[in-house]
Amino acid sequence: MALEVGGKSIPLDEEGYLENLSDWTPEIAEALANAEDVKLTGEHWEILNFLREYYEEYQIAPAVRVLTKAVGKRLGADKGNSKYLYSLFPYGPGKQACKYAGLPKPTGCV
Amino acid sequence: MSTKNFLFVNRKAPYGTIYALESLEVVLISAAFEQNVSLAFIDDGVYQITKGQNSKGIGMKNFSPTYRALGDYDITKLYVSSESLAERGLTVDDLMELTYEDADDDYAEKPSIILANREEMAAMMAEQEVILSF
Repeated sequence: MALEVGGKSIPLDEEGYLENLSDWTPEIAEALANAEDVKLTGEHWEILNFLREYYEEYQIAPAVRVLTKAVGKRLGADKGNSKYLYSLFPYGPGKQACKYAGLPKPTGCV
Repeated sequence: MSTKNFLFVNRKAPYGTIYALESLEVVLISAAFEQNVSLAFIDDGVYQITKGQNSKGIGMKNFSPTYRALGDYDITKLYVSSESLAERGLTVDDLMELTYEDADDDYAEKPSIILANREEMAAMMAEQEVILSF
């Protein structure tokens, strides 16, 4: 699989995640979201940026439970719950948000 | 799902074989299923949580920062063999500072590393229901 962005072909794995994490740009995030009919808003970006920082620090994509708790601590309890996260990422905050953020599929995600 | 006491015993150096990384992956998966997970670092396994790892020269990802995320996964008991450290000329100061936030104590940050000698390790192992050795 591949994604065409700005005249470049970006390789994806069979589930649509980036093959090379270093390929990621914000434009690629937009393109990955558009391919699933999602328009990224500021609320989406808050979570994507948070995930990228988490990955940078710990070298893993957090499990949903960990993401939810950490978002609550960082962005407030009104956002640190699965209802809010699923409203932004209906296919599952772990899988879908990590995909747009250019991270691997979360460990332990089934 | 019932909760069991899981212990993952890590005995090998972090690089050169896949054991350490595979163990860490299984640990994170077990914790996602809300099991009561502890880790033990014995023999060369103590090198897995040493400070200042740099794996550039061997072209492998340095996954040591991931151990610092264990607290987020409610894995708060990391037993380190005091004999294994001493035999390698290491002390607890050579290990990363691994901590967790205690939800029952106003989220105070507490150390996860527990130094244990052979007898203490044996007693701790006797309390486990599932032991996986890597």
